[in-house]
Formats: sequence, structure tokens, C-alpha cells
Amino acid sequence: MAQRGSIVPFAGWRRTRLLGESPLRQAVRSIGDRVVRIAEEVVGQDIDARIAGIKTHKNEVGHDPFGFDPETSRYALAVAALLHRRYFRTQVYGIERVPAGRVLIVANHSGQLPVDAVMIASALMLDADPPRFPRSMVETWTAELPFISTLYPRLGQVVGSPENARRLLRQEESLIVFPEGARGISKTFDQRYQLTDFGLGFVRLALETNTPIVPVAVIGGEEQYPSIADFKPLARLLRMPAFPVMPQVFFGMIAPLPTKYRLYFGEPFRFAGDADDDDCVIEEKVWLVKSTIQSMVNRGLRERKGVFV
Amino acid sequence: MSLSKPSARRGRESARPSARVPVARGVFSPRAEERGSVQEPEPAPLAQPAAARVREPKAEPVTGTRPKAAPEGAVLVTGICGRLGKLLARELHRTEQVVGVDRRAFPDRPKDIVHHQLDMRRKKMKDIFRGRNIRAVVHLGILHDPRRSDRERHSWNVVAFQKLLDYMSQYEVPKLVVLSGANVYGPQANNPQFLTEDAPLLGAQHFGGMRDLVELDMLAQSFFWKHPHTETVVLRPCHIVGRVHNAASNYLRLERPVMVMGFDPMMQLVHEKDVVRAIQLALRPGVRGIFNIRGPGEMPLSRIIREAGGRPRVVPSPLARVALDQLWKLRLSSFPAQELDHLRYVCMVDDSRARAELGYEPLHSIERVLRDVRRLRYQVA
Repeated sequence: MAQRGSIVPFAGWRRTRLLGESPLRQAVRSIGDRVVRIAEEVVGQDIDARIAGIKTHKNEVGHDPFGFDPETSRYALAVAALLHRRYFRTQVYGIERVPAGRVLIVANHSGQLPVDAVMIASALMLDADPPRFPRSMVETWTAELPFISTLYPRLGQVVGSPENARRLLRQEESLIVFPEGARGISKTFDQRYQLTDFGLGFVRLALETNTPIVPVAVIGGEEQYPSIADFKPLARLLRMPAFPVMPQVFFGMIAPLPTKYRLYFGEPFRFAGDADDDDCVIEEKVWLVKSTIQSMVNRGLRERKGVFV
Repeated sequence: MSLSKPSARRGRESARPSARVPVARGVFSPRAEERGSVQEPEPAPLAQPAAARVREPKAEPVTGTRPKAAPEGAVLVTGICGRLGKLLARELHRTEQVVGVDRRAFPDRPKDIVHHQLDMRRKKMKDIFRGRNIRAVVHLGILHDPRRSDRERHSWNVVAFQKLLDYMSQYEVPKLVVLSGANVYGPQANNPQFLTEDAPLLGAQHFGGMRDLVELDMLAQSFFWKHPHTETVVLRPCHIVGRVHNAASNYLRLERPVMVMGFDPMMQLVHEKDVVRAIQLALRPGVRGIFNIRGPGEMPLSRIIREAGGRPRVVPSPLARVALDQLWKLRLSSFPAQELDHLRYVCMVDDSRARAELGYEPLHSIERVLRDVRRLRYQVA
């Protein structure tokens, strides 16, 4: 409502801004809604119903204590669904093996950007029945980055600390873990599909909380951003875990290459034992998980006919 | 009427300032209690059950163990003239004798509260302990004002507290409640979402002004171990909000509070009255240890600001830091730039121990919390 006789220009506009939402927020909302509608048409699934199926432990004010926000996740799931079904044409095998209740989903890490986490998460949200809402443990330094530190918690991502993982598993949630961490994701192209060292923490966590471990092999991630080198001095300067040199970026291809993703879910491991055992005892169990994933990866590589088909 | 409750009668006697006779510290040594009951023959039929009750611990060998604190004696509240201190005093004086210590005057105090207007660092503090039977000390007199010099804050928060602890051990006060805060954990990027009581106190890592508050917390902890006869309780509440004047409340009262661009941490607020209740619960005999105190539900900072009726002013982090530094130097702002970390990283606490052992549960809803903050802003406006 314009204020007549006011000498302040745009006074009425200011008033409407004060009362309603900011124009930026309105724009985000309208674009987001459009994306959701497009995704629903393309994918043929009801995104909102999938989001509504998520059950988290809400606090007294109805908010997830870890910051999960259904509104933001709705847009993210729509984008992820488009990537999952159309861009990467993901094939999912054995998702029915994921047990109900608390579960650790352990996968190989690859591809410079954590697209593999997005693919596993969207598979659990879109292909599993009922939809499983996975949390993934992200690097601590992402909490120091502006915007990312806001976005990740809203999508249900949690800073990777043992306390957080324990708390989530006790709430019967599912966690995606990449025990290779930054070592795995920033591999150069010559080391593709060779699993690097696994951390021991996830097995200790599983033993402590009595959680089944589902091994997952991700095929297709290594070829999305082939990296020819890791430019370490620049990584140190920027305080990043690695700085991959990716030729495709120099040719103007900023988006990942449209490789075909294949996800293989294995039979769950159920370990028993003492969580505070010696490293050598834990290492045996870690080795079992790692070699299972490696053999699943090898079989998947043998079975596929090409990177893009 | 007073005879029906011997403990209440005793309490009132020692509360009277004219009674210069030092009250027998019978609460703490059963033998003295016994002697007292023998010397007073008149209320024999009524005093009999009470005396029998007190004499009970004498049956077992009293070697270094103290009998349970009797509900007699006064509660000493330091920093009673702060908003929180006044609230606590109003709640406590209904059931307890309250003795207040503060540098400030307490003109509108309830009549039965004895107030000593003195500096906690003065020798006179000892006279309070000497002159009357103190059953518990609630330490709220903590200087948070970042404008004060480091030296003054240190002498107030650490030296004065150390002296207080000395008096407590000398006069064998059986209870100490210290109001620390969740700030001593410090906001960090690698914090777990919920900090338990065992988490390290890293509050001073990036903000030197927190050093003496961390030290105070540590002093209370070492007192806990050194003097097992005193039940020491350290409360670490998250941001206390309401009509109090502290950084969190002042921030939420701003019309346009600053938010750091790209950061929207989850945050906990607790109502001041919930904290007062937690202190009351901590005063019960048998309670000891460190307890995190959490408010009703955690929310992102942006939602808290909007529900408090403000509109966030989003500023990029480097700009906010430089600007706040300059404003601080020019005395235009009361927030040191290092406190911006609170607007960037999580520093939330897990209160499961307080729920289980203290029986604490936040009663005031978040709407009530934010309404109370807002009310004061509109009064000022």
C-alpha cells in the first residue's frame, strides 16, 4: 500500500517488505516450487509424500535438533531426483537389504565432489520402501564455510563427530559413512576404484551401538571428474583437504560428466564384540567390510559395458 | 505456632541481627545438637522427636563423615542484586532464610532477607560466615561485563571466588551452587551438536575474555574434589534469556540484530525462571555434580530472531568482524568482535544428566521466553 503524501521515496514498498517476506525469499520459494513440480513430472514420484514420510526426533518446538528442515530438503530432493533418474541414470541393486531401524551405510568414496553421497541418499529416499532418510557425516571444515554450513544441517547432514553419530544411532536413524574420508574422494584418475585405507571408527561405533553395517559399492563416481593431480600447496593455502586438478574444468565443463551410476547394496554385517578392543582386533572387522566393498566394486566394474551406458 | 516447628524457630532466632550470641553450629556436629536439646528443657515434648531424629547419626561411628545437611541455616546468595539474584531471592525467601551479598543496594527486598552491601573481596565477607549459620552458598556474583578491565574481572571472578571457597571450607558449609554457563565450552566448528558435561572447556580458545569464567568453573570443579564433604553443584545453562541484562537478551532485544552471512547455527535459550528453579533443585541435600541446563527446544538463530520480532541484518563475516571491532573501540557497541563466533557455530548442551539426577525440566515455552525478551524492548522503546 503506497503512502500518499510521504516524502520518503518507496515508503510503501518498505512497509510491504516489513510485513511480508523478503523478495529474495519469495523468489527462492517460487523457483523451488517449480523445480519440485518438474521433478515430480519427470520422475513420476510424489516428492512431498516422500519428505512427509521422514520421521525424525523432533524437539519441543517441532524442530529437528540437528537442524533438518523439510522445506529446504524438498527442493534438494527434487534436484537430487532429477540427477538420480535423468543425469546419472542411476541403477540400484539390493536396496531391500537395508534393515529397518539404526543402520550404518558404508561406501567407497570417489569423484572430487560428494555426488556419491547424494546418489545413495536419493536412492534411499526414492527407491527404498518406506523411504529411509539418511544422515551423512560431513567434514568438520564444512562448518566453517559460509552458506555450506547453513545448507548442510538443513538437509540433515551432521558434522562428523563420534558423539553425534552415537546420538543419531541411538535414535534409530541411518547414517552414511565414508571411512576413506577425504583420502578417498580426492583420488587421482590412475587410482580409480582402488579403496584407500579405512578408518577404524565406524566399526567401533557399530560395536558400541549394536548397529548393522550395510556395505555399498558405488560405480561411476570416479569418472565424473577425472583428476590428474592433487595440487597440495594450494590446498594448504585454501585450507582444503585437497586441490584436484581437473582438465574438464579448463575446457569449460564445470558440471560433472554424465557417467552412469550403479549402486550395489550388500548383505548387512552384524558384528559383536568389545568396542574398546585393540586396533588389531578391530582392523580384522574393518578389513572384512573393506574387502567386501572392493570385491563388490570389482564385480560391478566387470559387469558394466561402458562408463556412460 | 513456632513451637510446632522447632527448625523454623531456630532459624528465626539466628536471622535476628540483634541476637549477637553465636548460634551453636549444631547442624553439623550431632554432639552440639544433643547438648543444645539438653540445655533447653521447656519444649521437651515437642523437641523430643526432633532431637531423636538428629541424634540418629550418632549411633553410627562419626569418623570424618558428615551427617546430612539439616534444612536449617541461611542460604547466602552472592550477586543478589542482579535480575537473576532478585528472582532467586524472591523464590527462596518463602521457604529459606536468605542472606544477600552485593556491592549494589537492594532497596526493594522482601523484609526477611538480610542484605549486606559490601564488596565480595573485602574481609567483611568472613564476618558473615562467622556470625551466622550458613547452610548453602549460591554464587551468582560473577562479573560478565566485557567493558571492565581484565584485572578487575580477574580479581572479582577468580580471587574473590577463591576467598569465598576458603571461607566455605573453613566454616564447613555443606553446599555450594555455582552458576557457570555453556559459554565455557565455547562455540567451535567441530563441536558435537550437543555437548555433555565431560566436554573440554575451550571457551577461552578464541576469546581471551572468557578466561576467568573458565577458571572460575575449574576452581569450582577442583573444590568439588578437594572438599568431598561439601556438595558442590556447577550449573552450566545455555543462553539465559528473559528480563535479565546479558549479551544474549540484549542481542535479541535489538530491532535489527546482526547475523553473519551464510551462517545460521542452531541455538538454545532458557528462561531465567527455569534457571532459578534449577538452582532451587540444586539446593536440595544430596545433589552434587555438574549439570548442563537446556531450554525448551532448539531453533535456528534466524527463526529465533524472527519470532522475537526482530529482522536480521545479514553482514559478511570479515566485514562484521572489522565493523564490530571499530564500534567496540568507539564504545558504540557492547559486543566484542570475538563473540561473533556464537553467531557462526553451535554451542548447545545435552541436559540428560540434569533431567535424570536433578529432576529438572524446562517449564517455560519458547514463545514465553521470547515474549519476555520482547516485552522489555517495547518498554524501553
